[in-house]
Amino acid sequence: MKDLKNIRDQFPVLNQKINGYDLVYFDNGATSQKPLSVIESISNYYKASNANIHRGVHTLSRTATELFEKARKTVADHFKVKNDQQIIFTAGTTDSINLVVNGLSKNYLQKGDEIILSSYEHHSNILAWQLWAEENGGKLKVIPLLEDQSLDYSKLEELINQKTKLIAIAHVSNTLGVITDLEKIKVLAKKNNIAVLVDGAQSAPHMPVDLEKLDVDFFVCSAHKMYGPTGIGVLYLSEKWLKDLQVSKPGGGTIKTVTFEKTEYAENALRFEPGTPHIAGAIGFAAAIDFMNAVGMQTIFEHEHELVQYAQQKMSEIPEVIVYGKSNNKAGVISFNVKNNHPFDVGTLMDKYGIAVRTGHHCTQPLMQCLNIQGTVRISFAIYNTKSEVDFFIEKLKKVITMLN
Amino acid sequence: MKIEETEKEIIEEFEIFGDDWEAKYEHLIDLGRSLPLIKEEFKTEERIIKGCQSRVWLNSELRDSKVFFTADADAIITKGMVALMVRVLSEQKPEDIVKAKLEFVDTVGLKEHLSPTRANGLVSMINKMKADALAFIK
Repeated sequence: MKDLKNIRDQFPVLNQKINGYDLVYFDNGATSQKPLSVIESISNYYKASNANIHRGVHTLSRTATELFEKARKTVADHFKVKNDQQIIFTAGTTDSINLVVNGLSKNYLQKGDEIILSSYEHHSNILAWQLWAEENGGKLKVIPLLEDQSLDYSKLEELINQKTKLIAIAHVSNTLGVITDLEKIKVLAKKNNIAVLVDGAQSAPHMPVDLEKLDVDFFVCSAHKMYGPTGIGVLYLSEKWLKDLQVSKPGGGTIKTVTFEKTEYAENALRFEPGTPHIAGAIGFAAAIDFMNAVGMQTIFEHEHELVQYAQQKMSEIPEVIVYGKSNNKAGVISFNVKNNHPFDVGTLMDKYGIAVRTGHHCTQPLMQCLNIQGTVRISFAIYNTKSEVDFFIEKLKKVITMLN
Repeated sequence: MKIEETEKEIIEEFEIFGDDWEAKYEHLIDLGRSLPLIKEEFKTEERIIKGCQSRVWLNSELRDSKVFFTADADAIITKGMVALMVRVLSEQKPEDIVKAKLEFVDTVGLKEHLSPTRANGLVSMINKMKADALAFIK
């Protein structure tokens, strides 16, 4: 059951005043706050179990290794992945995407190949592909937007040709909150034998994700948007790619045997985790997943959806406000502008009322170009946000509009 | 008027608002509206100060050994801050501009605009004003 008071009490950071007002944290799309269980798991690890993992014979090293590998299992179970070796710990979503691009460029992507992206991709899911394309005569193609700022899936088929090797797509748009219809993507991808990478940075924190059912080639996300620590994230590989993805970031811990002539890499997840990993991060991530599952992913989704509906309703009553992403199929995010005002001004004044929002292009400049705007103000919710916070936000938004006009 | 004198004038102007940040920001917004605009032909890509969330354009000219700044911004609060800087630094000698400490920003309670996140680019603008002044000395 959802007990918001109890949930909020687990987030000490929320209990503070900003400029004399109770903090309203609506910047969860950038990073979520962390519950005590996560903070304590990290602290406890350093207090009681810190050692370098794998290969150590001593007790502490074994304990740390067990905690790290248990964290991998926790992540795998959470995403309904049977073989936990398909879960690679990375530095985060961006790092995961880079691992895929660089790995694929070694034997899968050929000169002149094509990649399909969506209009609302985050720069993280554009730049690495673009760099590859520039160096290899490749081409990026883009699924256009409809009027309601959902994707025009009817145009996807005509983007596909024999050179199309991969579709890299956000599960949820970080700027608009619009949920991608992955079924439509997958049908065409399977039919044409195209790999699919799903950027789950904004879906994994907000809705249940079953990777067995989703059945894509790659899925990536970051712990810090999921109530976990920064600096750690996930790269999920399908069974096929766990075998076939090439190592692009070699280093200690990734190998079976090394000679100066030739290296044989490990066959499991360790192949992709060079150097000493973010052990405390993995342990904190597992605690964050335990927190989310104690609340329930469906409960989190419904709660945030309710807040989005409630806030959008209230915002639609303010004539100066333009909301982007009109589709009803949204998760946890609202992007808007105040007519004739710069998002920076709105954000600056909201901060004076203790309300944390994000302003700007949200690392989606191509989307801003599609919408022909400089930027937006974005509010994004988490399980600890309340309707009364939305009410306060609406009240102050009206005040800010008066001040600016 | 010398730089310090203008700074003092601004400090006095803001003093009447006391702790009322809303009144202070309303004044800043009014200042933004009153900023003498940069000539439209100067609003070029080269004159945009990089690293700002809002776009800021700055033009510097040397006349009679003094630097004349004109500027514009597309966000009104940024424009208010820009207006303050232009008021303090324009029509001053390049040597004085380079040396200016601009402590009034802190005194009037607008220090957050100098934060290193550079969201509004005020720091970049001050640096650009000083760099332009320095270039006129050489």
